[in-house]
Amino acid sequence: MTRRGRTWLLLAAGAGLAALLVAACLKLPHFGGDRHPYGDRAVRASLARHTANTVSSVNFDQRAFDTLGEMTILFAAVVGCVVLLRQTRDEHRARPEPAEVALPVRRYALVVLPVALLSGLYVVAHGQLSPGGGFQGGVVAATALHLLYLGADHRALERVRPVGAYEVADALAASAYLVTGLAGLIGAGAFLANTLLPYGTFNTLSSGGTVPLLNAAIGMEVACAVVVLLAHFLDQAVEIEEGSGT
Amino acid sequence: MADVSIVVALLLIAAAATVAVATRDPVRQALVLSVMGVVLAVLFTVLQAPDVGLSQLAVGSALTPLLLMLAVRKVRRRGQGKERER
Repeated sequence: MTRRGRTWLLLAAGAGLAALLVAACLKLPHFGGDRHPYGDRAVRASLARHTANTVSSVNFDQRAFDTLGEMTILFAAVVGCVVLLRQTRDEHRARPEPAEVALPVRRYALVVLPVALLSGLYVVAHGQLSPGGGFQGGVVAATALHLLYLGADHRALERVRPVGAYEVADALAASAYLVTGLAGLIGAGAFLANTLLPYGTFNTLSSGGTVPLLNAAIGMEVACAVVVLLAHFLDQAVEIEEGSGT
Repeated sequence: MADVSIVVALLLIAAAATVAVATRDPVRQALVLSVMGVVLAVLFTVLQAPDVGLSQLAVGSALTPLLLMLAVRKVRRRGQGKERER
């Protein structure tokens, strides 16, 4: 195809997409209005299954299959990064020198680390009750761990973070999500159906049927994925050097 | 009241995004991106979407800048190593 033809094709497709988007936006409910057809239905469905956080109910019950897709995207992205950032044959590892850390930075990092880690775990655990959930809490907990790199050094971080274990845990968490879905398929006739477990008392940790289980699986998956991702980036930035035998 | 805070948050985002584009040094750009992430999280919270705000805070203002800075450090180290070889 000639350059001119390609340009025209692009313009035509772009104009079509723009027209469709504008037509769709004209039919949207008005900004900040009091009528939310989808919101009303989502809240009703979430209350029927005793899930206090409607967003979690949408993520892990009404649209649990979408979340499976998102989890798979993250999983595949991390696998891709691990493959790309691995140590190749013409690279070698050099132990980084223990770095001097300014005392205020060290103090701050070591004080904030447990607080941030606990906040992350709290956000994961209360995903079905209050804003947050597996994804948000997982990222917070995983990044909190890396305050150790700020406060101490890379070696201290490596000691508390065996990357292999986190890789296994990442795969296990992803499988746990799938297995919960398959349990729904076998026990209730639909993949990821939330009708197997009792819904529990509204606004308690164990309410919502499979929502807390899926939420915990996502929390574990995301936390491990972020730890593995950052570990490989850190390895490349700090340890792995180019050129063989220097 | 809510409208005012939405407008303020939107203006702050526009300012932070402009600064991020105008900054040329990647390390500073990562820091500006982090500030923009916080402002964006404020906007989501003002719009009553605290779940999205939390994700934005964790990913947009902590994780992404961190990954960017690590990548920059790797590239700069590689440059230094090559200079030493010459």
